[in-house]
Amino acid sequence: MMILTDKKPRVNVEAILSAQEIHDIEHQIAHYPDPRAASLDALKIVQKRNGWVDDAQVAAIGQMLGIPAADVEGVATFYNRIYRRPVGRNVILLCDSIACFLMGAETLAEAFQKHLGIQYGQTTADGRFTLLPICCLGNCDKGPTLMINEDTHGLVGVNDIAALLEQYV
Amino acid sequence: MATIHVDGKDYEVDGSENLLQACLSLGLDIPYFCWHPSLGSVGSCRQCAVKQYANADDKRGRLVMSCMTPAVNDTYISIEDDEARAFRETIVEYLMTNHPHDCPVCEEGGHCHLQDMTVMTGHDRRRYRFTKRTHQNQDLGPFIAHEMNRCIACYRCVRYYKDYAGGTDLGVYGNAARVYFGREKDGVLESEFSGNLVEVCPTGVFTDKTHSERYNRKWDMQYAPSICQGCSSGCNISPGERYGELRRIENRFNGSVNQYFLCDKGRFGAGYVNRKDRPRQPQLHIENRTLTVSVDEALDQAIASLKGQNVLGIGSPRASLESNFALRELVGNDNFSTGMTQQEQQLVELAASLMQTEGIYNPNLREVEDYDAVLILGEDLTQTAPRMALSVRQSAKNKGLEMAAERKTQGWLAEPVARIAQDAKSPVYILTPVATRLSDIAEGEVVASPNDIARLGFAIAAAIKAEAMNGDISDDAKVFALEVARQLKHAKKPLIISGTSLLEPALMEAAAQIALNLGSVDGKSKAGLSLVVPEVNSMGLALMGGMPLEKAFAQSYDAVVVVENDLYRRLPAQQIKTALAKTQQIIVLDHQETPTVKKASIVLSAASFAEGDGTVVSQEGRAQRYFQVFDPAYYNPEISIKESWRWLHAIHTGIQGKPVNWTVLDDVIEAVASKVPALEGILDVAPDAGYRVHGLKIAREPRRYSGRTAMRAPISVHEPKQPVDVDSALAFSMEGYVGPQESSSLIPFAWAPGWNSPQSWNKFQDEVGGHLKAGDPGVRLFDRLPKRPARSFVAPAPLLDNDSTYRLVPVHHIFASGEMTVRTPVMQSRIPEAAFSVSRDDAARLNVQQGQRVTVKAGDTSINLPVNVVDYLPYGYVGYPVGLAPVVSLTDSIAISVDAAAVGV
Amino acid sequence: MTTHVNTEPRPIHGNGTAETHPLTWRLKHHEFLHDVDTYESLEGYAGMKKALSMTPAEVQEVVKAATVKGRGGAGFPAGIKWSLMAPNDGGPRYLICNADEMEPGTFKDRLLMEKLPHQLIEGMIIAGYTLEATQGYIFIRGEYIEAARYLNEALEQVRAKGYLGKNILDTGWNFEIHVHTGAGRYICGEETALINSLEGRRANPRTKPPFPQVAGAWGRPTIVNNVETFNNLPAILLRGPEWYINLSAHKSKDPGTKIYGVSGKVRFPGLWELPFGTTAREVIEEYAGGMREGLKLKAWLPGGASTDFLTTEHLDLPMDADSIMKAGSRLGTCLIMVVDETQCMVSLTRNLEEFFARESCGWCTPCRDGLPWSVKALSAIEHGRGKMEDITHLEQLTKNLWIGKTFCAHAPGAMEPLQSALKYFRSEFEALIPKEAESVVQISNAQQA
Ligand SMILES: Cc1cc2nc3c(=O)[nH]c(=O)nc-3n(C[C@H](O)[C@H](O)[C@H](O)COP(=O)(O)O)c2cc1C
Ligand code: SF4
Ligand code: FES
Repeated sequence: MMILTDKKPRVNVEAILSAQEIHDIEHQIAHYPDPRAASLDALKIVQKRNGWVDDAQVAAIGQMLGIPAADVEGVATFYNRIYRRPVGRNVILLCDSIACFLMGAETLAEAFQKHLGIQYGQTTADGRFTLLPICCLGNCDKGPTLMINEDTHGLVGVNDIAALLEQYV
Repeated sequence: MATIHVDGKDYEVDGSENLLQACLSLGLDIPYFCWHPSLGSVGSCRQCAVKQYANADDKRGRLVMSCMTPAVNDTYISIEDDEARAFRETIVEYLMTNHPHDCPVCEEGGHCHLQDMTVMTGHDRRRYRFTKRTHQNQDLGPFIAHEMNRCIACYRCVRYYKDYAGGTDLGVYGNAARVYFGREKDGVLESEFSGNLVEVCPTGVFTDKTHSERYNRKWDMQYAPSICQGCSSGCNISPGERYGELRRIENRFNGSVNQYFLCDKGRFGAGYVNRKDRPRQPQLHIENRTLTVSVDEALDQAIASLKGQNVLGIGSPRASLESNFALRELVGNDNFSTGMTQQEQQLVELAASLMQTEGIYNPNLREVEDYDAVLILGEDLTQTAPRMALSVRQSAKNKGLEMAAERKTQGWLAEPVARIAQDAKSPVYILTPVATRLSDIAEGEVVASPNDIARLGFAIAAAIKAEAMNGDISDDAKVFALEVARQLKHAKKPLIISGTSLLEPALMEAAAQIALNLGSVDGKSKAGLSLVVPEVNSMGLALMGGMPLEKAFAQSYDAVVVVENDLYRRLPAQQIKTALAKTQQIIVLDHQETPTVKKASIVLSAASFAEGDGTVVSQEGRAQRYFQVFDPAYYNPEISIKESWRWLHAIHTGIQGKPVNWTVLDDVIEAVASKVPALEGILDVAPDAGYRVHGLKIAREPRRYSGRTAMRAPISVHEPKQPVDVDSALAFSMEGYVGPQESSSLIPFAWAPGWNSPQSWNKFQDEVGGHLKAGDPGVRLFDRLPKRPARSFVAPAPLLDNDSTYRLVPVHHIFASGEMTVRTPVMQSRIPEAAFSVSRDDAARLNVQQGQRVTVKAGDTSINLPVNVVDYLPYGYVGYPVGLAPVVSLTDSIAISVDAAAVGV
Repeated sequence: MTTHVNTEPRPIHGNGTAETHPLTWRLKHHEFLHDVDTYESLEGYAGMKKALSMTPAEVQEVVKAATVKGRGGAGFPAGIKWSLMAPNDGGPRYLICNADEMEPGTFKDRLLMEKLPHQLIEGMIIAGYTLEATQGYIFIRGEYIEAARYLNEALEQVRAKGYLGKNILDTGWNFEIHVHTGAGRYICGEETALINSLEGRRANPRTKPPFPQVAGAWGRPTIVNNVETFNNLPAILLRGPEWYINLSAHKSKDPGTKIYGVSGKVRFPGLWELPFGTTAREVIEEYAGGMREGLKLKAWLPGGASTDFLTTEHLDLPMDADSIMKAGSRLGTCLIMVVDETQCMVSLTRNLEEFFARESCGWCTPCRDGLPWSVKALSAIEHGRGKMEDITHLEQLTKNLWIGKTFCAHAPGAMEPLQSALKYFRSEFEALIPKEAESVVQISNAQQA
């Protein structure tokens, strides 16, 4: 007779996530009364590795948090900073909200697209840059504003593009 | 009670519901999408807006969502208010901006809630001239088609699939206008209740794929009120036919049984009716040849071969009471077998006798939802009585509802109730040999052998009475038993569920003992007891009586008449061979080409549930009638399919040289009722053939049924008269009464003016989501039978097996264990491969690996199958795949040998 | 790269003192205050200590008396919100700081967190103590990377001081604060959507009632307040409600000071702490230096993208809740966005509605399917493919996506700039609609914008 305490089907989490990732996710889980709350933290932790999250990682996170993969996917696709498709080594987020718009964000966006030869949502052929729009970065006194990876850049003009992108390989 | 004021009129309402619910119950139409009687209110679609006024003097008012507003006393609203109407029309207009307007090619067309609501709101002009968003569709397996562009984002699908049915593989993705409802990736929907998406979805996103291949509109099908034949739950269905084929099974609302939902076996498992290889005409098997003969010839042959002979009649728990009874009349009480094995019959008779025991109350499937603590002994419900599993899942939510009520939050406020409840659930304990699909709601689970479960059950019974537990269970089992006992005693309404599927009577005895020990409150049993039995009419046959197969086979007969029973699914082949060798004539009546049919000298083409009427008794003891859906001879006059009772009665009177005296169904029902007192109640199951509504028979075909004059043109340009139904008050016609009526057991399909979708059940119910106006179909036979005094039961002795003993334990699979389901082509990809399940530990002990073949020798039968290594099975037990392997006796220990040839892992 | 304080022509700290500029006066002494000791040397954590020497009920009274209004945009009095929290039943109680700041044009919380992380923490400890909270969360948008880092560093320092953790300052009260970073979506700022997001779910708003105060995070009593709201608390505790109310008494009946700001084509965009009721003209002209060379002001949004446009005629109104409401707009976050005369209002409104359409949570029909329609209609007009009926239709949208008709306030927020743009600048819309469009016989509905 077996009195069951745990009988969840197992995704082999160890085969998919690194020990560090598992550790970091567990650390996040500890901050909340319910592991589900760490779903975004977990996605962000995992996303650090390749810049995006793949199907296996979604399933592994579900397993770690004890929630269906469909729920993880529902969260991953709701928020705009989780990428479920490959992105470039550097992600450029151009603020397209009103304060920056007033300061010429649309012109800047066109210039970026022309410079990189890609449209919004695309990645350069060399895999170096992905270009995405983002809503107000809370840097409205320095519009147009953009973020590249974790860096915020304000007061960016069309002429600054080349020098700015130089910094990111 | 409360008075609400709607457009200047006063209405009495319950007061605890929301305005939408209350108004619909009053017969007032308010359009809606996201609300569903079983799913509650979330207020997302904004379709149900009405104007609410602060009081009688308030003329301005404000728009509110009726589904989110309680219908409390002195609520003033207007449905007709101009602003409210305009807003509701706008909502449909917004929804339609992305909808593809593909109604002509959409399978929902004609029974589409979106169409109905569009018309109801008056939105009839398209102003949107811009691009529509589009989606990719997914392959969701053989049952359900996916067409996401039609989605109106009402969120009902995920709320049903996840929140109601406990599925995990359907979700909502993306945000804003891109929200997407589907799986994370293509693949078969895992839930055993996925088919309900087809009815829950108010538009054509999720449609019935099995219907797609032979599609037609709802209004072009002929229907009958029917009963699912898939298991003993007795769910009500509405099968639709066109051109002599069953095209689709839809749910038929019964507020005491299935309500709005069926399982996938019930919805998609009736394809056997359409099989080409069915015997549709009588046949003679002479030597190795099969001769198709006329009805008269077949009857003459049968009469000649049975006259003056000693005939054994073998009935069947999958045949109607009428057919079984006609057989019994033909062969005589003493020569009638139920067609069940000794073991099965004892089990079913035990179940029936427990249901007639003083102090035992057996709830219906809806009542199951009201219990606040559930103990399941031995049944893997999702596989053996799926609809009950869905009810148990609802019962686990009672704790949350209680917590919500404490915070003055109405039960219909779906999201707040879930928020307040968090993980809190009413306790559900599951004791089975395998992991079940109800694990996620279980407070405690035990994996054990049938014998161990029974003994643990008795320990719980003892603990309830604070008696000493039988000494032979382990310490942690005792702790567990004490906890379960505590919870059951603590509960307001505890429910014990058991059944026959493990072939262990002590399980049901333990369950009964627990229920009895829980005692009574105000003279009523505190606990409910629900027992699952194997087949659609097992309970009916137990009440009718007869001898088991083994007893029948112990004697010699000149002839055997088998009614709708494949003996090879009941006894090992060798045993049947020996038994049949003793008789000269084998007459088999069936609607499927079974191995037994192949052995027959005369085959009489019997009606399936689709071509005949009959009465069956569910595990609850609910007698219900199914009615003929269509007459196959109308499309092909050569077909001569008749209900088994008709064949048998014709043979019977032929032998007696008397004229036929059961000319219509009512005759045989009366005969059953008069000769089998336990079944007297079946007289009241449905009105007789003379029943009329406004002087009319009830139309099986919707008003707009089309092509009647053309559909037979390829056969003959002379349109024959529509078949006449002498057996029931239903007509094979669109002429007749359509709509709610005094008899709820005679509703062939749900339709009401302006309501073409399944949502039209609103119009048939006393209150929305409640019960049918004229009472829910069926008669609870056990309520009418005299009670027997309670007995007390004792725990079985432990099985003292040693380390080298192995036993088989039945493992059921929803789609594999149903005899007819297996014969349904669409099921093929959903039926698991036949395999013996072996636990990890035992696999190590036996030194076998996943997929490796083993030979199991049980009695005289050897079976060679691959091994499926599973996480949970009791020590020393091998899972026998019920329905997928040759029949063996499961009582004795077995020998296992591992095939030498290594198989790829 | 961090946001630096705008020092021209008038710096945020101005001539501020603790008495006059309770939120920012410390920035006159230090460019930022990340170090707990530095902060403590400037009255830091004094308000908290005062609070913890009182009973929670007494602190509650002080906050109530100060009538401090929420700074997240709706202006609901914090004291009243707090008093609606379910009584303590011994279970978990949550305090959440709304640091999602995604309202376009709003950048005040970023400054407060990047420069003065301790002031927020101090405010949260005061609130947590008052509300008998067991756990605090700062829900900060994922893009505020530096702010999150400074907050986390500050929390470490505070833990070491014993202001967080078990038995804080011997009160017997245990409290922790965790910084939760978001992953982007404006709707996360709506407090019930925020709670869903914190719980790791999709950020759909929740049914109200029950309100978070009764059944919030994980079904437990929860209070959500904005960053700036918490920042007000230490000084209120230290100097008392009367002082607080008097800060703005001569200008407005909204108490205290407010972080005002200006973005758009002014000479010196930035933020300033000013008494409630300062006029927009004063903020724009005196603090932000007026419009850039050669530009003239045409319209302004008083407090973020979800407020109604106002025009030059409204510039002399005091920037407080009542006055702005009377003018037909909402105070919102008080971060003014100025629109100059060269700016096409149709494009601008299209940009605003694109934002709202993209950020809709997708839960309710009017918002999910109505907002994209507005974008398409505006875009059609902007590009010369509009029709007169598009304007009628936009007007209908502003009515149908209004309060009570949608599930939450997101869509009504989206309608505010649209309705006011149509009200004040309708001629700009009409001018872009080709005349012949009206007479063209429509032959196909498939024509796309
Ligand atoms: C669509 C929407 C977005 C919001 N975004 C924010 C936000 O980013 N930050 C914030 O503090 N409040 C935001 N709010 C207001 C919050 O719902 C809530 O009122 C506020 O956090 C309460 O804090 P307060 O009482 O201190 O102002 C938003 C509201 C809505 C409807
Ligand atoms: S208005 Fe509706 S769709 Fe829009 S954000 Fe609120 S709930 Fe979501
Ligand atoms: S039915 Fe009321 S909002 Fe959907």
